[in-house]
Amino acid sequence: MPVWNIIQAVNDALRIEMRRDPRVVVLGEDVGKFGGVFRATNGLFDEFGPDRVFDTPLAEAGIIGAAIGMALYGLKPVPEIQFADFIYPAFDQIVNELAKFRYRSGGQYPAPVVIRTPYGGGIRGGHYHSQSPEAYFVHTPGLKVVIPSNPYDAKGLLLSAIRGEDPVIFMEPKRIYRAAKGEVPEGDYTVPLGQAKIVREGSQVTVLCYGAMVHTVVEAVEKVAAEGFDPEIVDLRTLLPLDSETVLASVRKTGRAVIAYEAPKTCGYGAELSALICEKALMHLEAPIARVAGFDTPFPYSLENEYMPSPDRVAKAIRDTASF
Amino acid sequence: MDDHGVADPDRVPSLTPEDWLRIYRGMVLIRVMDERLMALQRQGRIGFYGEARGQEAAVVGSAAALAPQDWIVPALREAGAGLYRGLPLRTYIAQIFGNANDPASGRQLPCHPGTRASHYVTMSSCIASQLPHAVGMAWAAKIKKDNSVVLGYLGDGATSEEDFHVALNFAGVFRPPVVFVCQNNQWAISVPVAHQTASPTVAIKALAYGFPGIRVDGNDALAVYGAVKEAVDRARSGGGPTLIEALTYRVSAHSSSDDPSRYRDERITETWRARDPIVRMRAWLAFQGFLDAAGDERLRADLDAEVRDAVAAEESVPAPPLRTLVEDVFAEVPQFLADQLAEIATLPRQKLGGAHQ
Repeated sequence: MPVWNIIQAVNDALRIEMRRDPRVVVLGEDVGKFGGVFRATNGLFDEFGPDRVFDTPLAEAGIIGAAIGMALYGLKPVPEIQFADFIYPAFDQIVNELAKFRYRSGGQYPAPVVIRTPYGGGIRGGHYHSQSPEAYFVHTPGLKVVIPSNPYDAKGLLLSAIRGEDPVIFMEPKRIYRAAKGEVPEGDYTVPLGQAKIVREGSQVTVLCYGAMVHTVVEAVEKVAAEGFDPEIVDLRTLLPLDSETVLASVRKTGRAVIAYEAPKTCGYGAELSALICEKALMHLEAPIARVAGFDTPFPYSLENEYMPSPDRVAKAIRDTASF
Repeated sequence: MDDHGVADPDRVPSLTPEDWLRIYRGMVLIRVMDERLMALQRQGRIGFYGEARGQEAAVVGSAAALAPQDWIVPALREAGAGLYRGLPLRTYIAQIFGNANDPASGRQLPCHPGTRASHYVTMSSCIASQLPHAVGMAWAAKIKKDNSVVLGYLGDGATSEEDFHVALNFAGVFRPPVVFVCQNNQWAISVPVAHQTASPTVAIKALAYGFPGIRVDGNDALAVYGAVKEAVDRARSGGGPTLIEALTYRVSAHSSSDDPSRYRDERITETWRARDPIVRMRAWLAFQGFLDAAGDERLRADLDAEVRDAVAAEESVPAPPLRTLVEDVFAEVPQFLADQLAEIATLPRQKLGGAHQ
């Protein structure tokens, strides 16, 4: 089985699905001849040609708006927004159009568009190449939100997303695009949306995370495990629909929860997780829920590693929560 | 044609008398419907209504230029175009009442109809956001090598929105079979078109995007039909997009929630009322010998009865069932939405919104 990084896994998923389903088209800025600034669409233009892979003008609302029109007409567009930081010009198209088309037409005009976009910090990208805007989209009824943390999941989740009938915001952790390597089957397989994965079983405290933060958490857990702590790590993989069963079962077992996410803390996805645990598992809790998150500031450049939850910060939260 | 319905015979597009009468019927249906539904709104029987009064030639003249396989991506005032092309009147009235017969289960404000069968896309209330969809649909038609054209409607206010520029830019670059029809009725609620743009016309904007823009008398059904037909034919044969500006006037309010006497000189409105597209079309039809006074009376009476019957039938239809609250958000109702619905299932039902508020 080949060992691939996330870019290669995403690229392979797109190729497999474009070969399998002639309705799948790819569009975005620099995705054609150049193969994308992160190379995720590399080779697709050569294989599928200018009727399936489109370099568009530099206008995110146009990319998403046109993709919606294509989907209304029966295609399966997979647009790329080059950085999640630049998704906001398309925000109205995503929130008011894409997310609501099926509902407002009584199911007559579904718009199954899968938007791929790299997100997150840790690449020395400053304000505008580092943001994690997942909470906006989770808060928008009608969208599914998926964030893989490794190559195997990236390929299997992307294939599931494209084969589904709903719009999906597919956020790719660009900090670990190349660093996260793993075995990936060459052929066709899917990872279903809405299923979390227990990365490490443990008895003492549940650590909830997704995307690039999974790797930070794993590093933190290695530290505290050496000190005798026994945390359980849950990689959510899909933020909406959330696998609340796995989350709640884990918290009921351990009685403690730490939530790690790199978006700004207030009203971030961790707030929803915390509320869910309080609503459904309060009586199992033996310690306050801890959120380890980005600061409620714009994303900084020089001090980005202080802004983002570090393995040290996560490790401290695990120790504090486990010993409360 | 001039304001009295006199047209140069050499410039009249070639359609049969039956075709022209069908266009006229579509125009009168809008007028009859607007009068009836505004009255219902004033009586509190429907929640909202937006008239197309005075714009009937622009609406129906443009829609008549389409072939059956073509699509309409509408803005607020084009329901008459949908009705002309097969959107059932009962379905439209059901949408206005938001009742159980509405294919979209009463989820939207009135005047937001849509069915797949009539190739009339269900709009949002956002301005110009539909135009990139029109481009994407036409682009998909081109990719699939279908022979269809997409007509995207907009108003003059929409030309200020970024989505207008994005859509025209993409259309110019990829040249899909799309035609944009701007009903320039010169008012976006209270703001006149001179405050939307410093361009002398809307049509001229197309030139910067690399395709033709044409301004046409929007109160002249013959002229609108001719201009849109030429653009649709060009799009279908691979000649790329066109922007058509149908110059007209919003002789009534923006919607049932608006009072134009607060912000504009209604004496100017009166000069536009005198250029009523229905009066002009009727005069032209009479000059041709296609329609006499008795025939016109009969048509109006028939359409009035049709609208009254549809209203009577739909007004008594109950509200959509409770489950529609959580259906169609996704292809399948996920567990968390089923759980949310279950939280209110055993509680007493609340008063309906919309017309009953």
